[in-house]
Amino acid sequence: MSLARRLPRPGLLIAAVVAILMLVAAIHPALFAGGGPAEGDLHATLQGPSGRHWFGTDQLGRDVFTRAVHGTRYSLSIGAAATGIGVVIASGWGLAAALSGRVGDTLLMRAADILLALPAVLLALMVVLITGKGVFGVTLAVAVGTAPGFARVIRGQALVVRRSGYVNAAVGLGVRRPLIIVRHVLPNTLAPLLVLATVTLGTSISTGAALSYLGLGAQPPTPEWGAMLTEGQGYLGQAWWIALFPGLLLVAMVLTVTVLGRDAQARSDGRTS
Amino acid sequence: MRAAIRPVVARLLGAVVVVWGAVTCSFGALQLIPGDPVNAIVGTNALVGPEQRELLRERYHFDQPLFIQYADHLGRLATGRLGDSYQLQQSVWTVITNQLWPTVELALWASLLAVVLSVAVTVLTSGRSRWPRRISSLVELLVVSTPAFWLGILLLTVFSFHLGWLPVSDTGDPRSLVLPVVTLGLPIAAILTQVLREGLLTALDAPFVLTARARGLAEHSVRSRHALRHSTLPALTLTGWFVGTLLGGAVIVENVFARPGVGRVALQAVSDRDFPVVQGVVALSAVVFVVVAAVVDGLYAVVDPRLRRRTGMVAA
Repeated sequence: MSLARRLPRPGLLIAAVVAILMLVAAIHPALFAGGGPAEGDLHATLQGPSGRHWFGTDQLGRDVFTRAVHGTRYSLSIGAAATGIGVVIASGWGLAAALSGRVGDTLLMRAADILLALPAVLLALMVVLITGKGVFGVTLAVAVGTAPGFARVIRGQALVVRRSGYVNAAVGLGVRRPLIIVRHVLPNTLAPLLVLATVTLGTSISTGAALSYLGLGAQPPTPEWGAMLTEGQGYLGQAWWIALFPGLLLVAMVLTVTVLGRDAQARSDGRTS
Repeated sequence: MRAAIRPVVARLLGAVVVVWGAVTCSFGALQLIPGDPVNAIVGTNALVGPEQRELLRERYHFDQPLFIQYADHLGRLATGRLGDSYQLQQSVWTVITNQLWPTVELALWASLLAVVLSVAVTVLTSGRSRWPRRISSLVELLVVSTPAFWLGILLLTVFSFHLGWLPVSDTGDPRSLVLPVVTLGLPIAAILTQVLREGLLTALDAPFVLTARARGLAEHSVRSRHALRHSTLPALTLTGWFVGTLLGGAVIVENVFARPGVGRVALQAVSDRDFPVVQGVVALSAVVFVVVAAVVDGLYAVVDPRLRRRTGMVAA
């Protein structure tokens, strides 16, 4: 019984394995797929899944499996970078709100409320309007979408930490204010935020791919999953595999991240309560 | 009397602030766009001479100081004028209202599907046996992790291309609404079910459930009439938020299924750099959000009698 309890649940184990595989595929795709993502064989276009082409070939005879494997890095890095940027923006935002007195707090949090009232996709569209289409614009767009929610959490946490014993002690010891913020307040507000960021990472990956699907992010022939889906949608009647398989990998990635994130959340909730 | 009016005034003020903030946000965002705004109007058309550019600059008041432009913009919006589209030779109002109904139709059916499905699944899987709940949880996790655009493509492949049951794109046939509604509504249903179930399980431990059981009520009526009602409050908040931001999902779903609608207008406007249309959609979306939030507040009072006195509402 004790052994059974120590072993992770099967779902969690699968998620961990898939996560490692995807990380490897993102860093070194050649390990899984030999050819290049742009290499096409015009004599073998629109072929169904087979032993040779696991995921079939697309309209230019490119191997969908190879392209999908190479696409791992785009979705993963857009999602991770966006979450990272979101955390950085939110840290400044939330801390400033918590530490800047009542008027500043109200203004900054009201601004967050307003951004939360707009649909994330619409917000992202506006960001892309400023930055122009491309991977950078989409990353920033997703980051801006996540930041207000993060900022709220960090503000709430900072308000608690500010009144904690160790901060009082530091104040009493005469530590300067900026140092207290950087050394004591920030690290202690980040812990719950990092858990939230893991849970949000799945959504970020998904939104990033959706924006690319809408033609705002990575452009063809980049093997980004969202862009591949757009290309494949034109061939749904003849060659369903072009759009289906990259999407399946996307689902697998989001699912994996969500399972791991929820586990992290459950663990952290268990620790604090 | 005055006490009854105060919350209403506060709400109205809050609503105005949200709409004003969203409008300001979109105005500010457009100022951040690098390059001459005249380029957005004339496009890449190199034949437009400097005199004509100057004329356009004057006509659209780009020569005025930023503050004046902003004040003008607010003044026009306050009187309901959204300006003219750069590309479509129509007023933004016309552009949006022409495309409003397909999106409203889609959003309403999707919300209805989400609410009905989540309540049904919660009630059906809330029994004592564990397996239905586990299976349902797994399905919810899968649906939540599936990006809407891929879900749409999957449904299209299966039901339109292979089985041929439903049309591929919008044909005016009511059947062409089925797949878009499912694509938009299913993920919302999954999240709602999770929230409802959690609320239901908490409520089942509450003393009032014990009381209801002690009075000899049948299990299904304890669950659906007492416990479920209690778990609707958080779900209601969430539903309101979803409905208020459904426009975002509509952008994606309308593109997958090549349906007309405000979402497509928004995407097209961003691609064409048609700024007035973008501003119009943002303003509309803020207004929708605020209205839905107010409706949800009213519904709270209907669902939860404890809130009636506070919001000054008489029992509905």
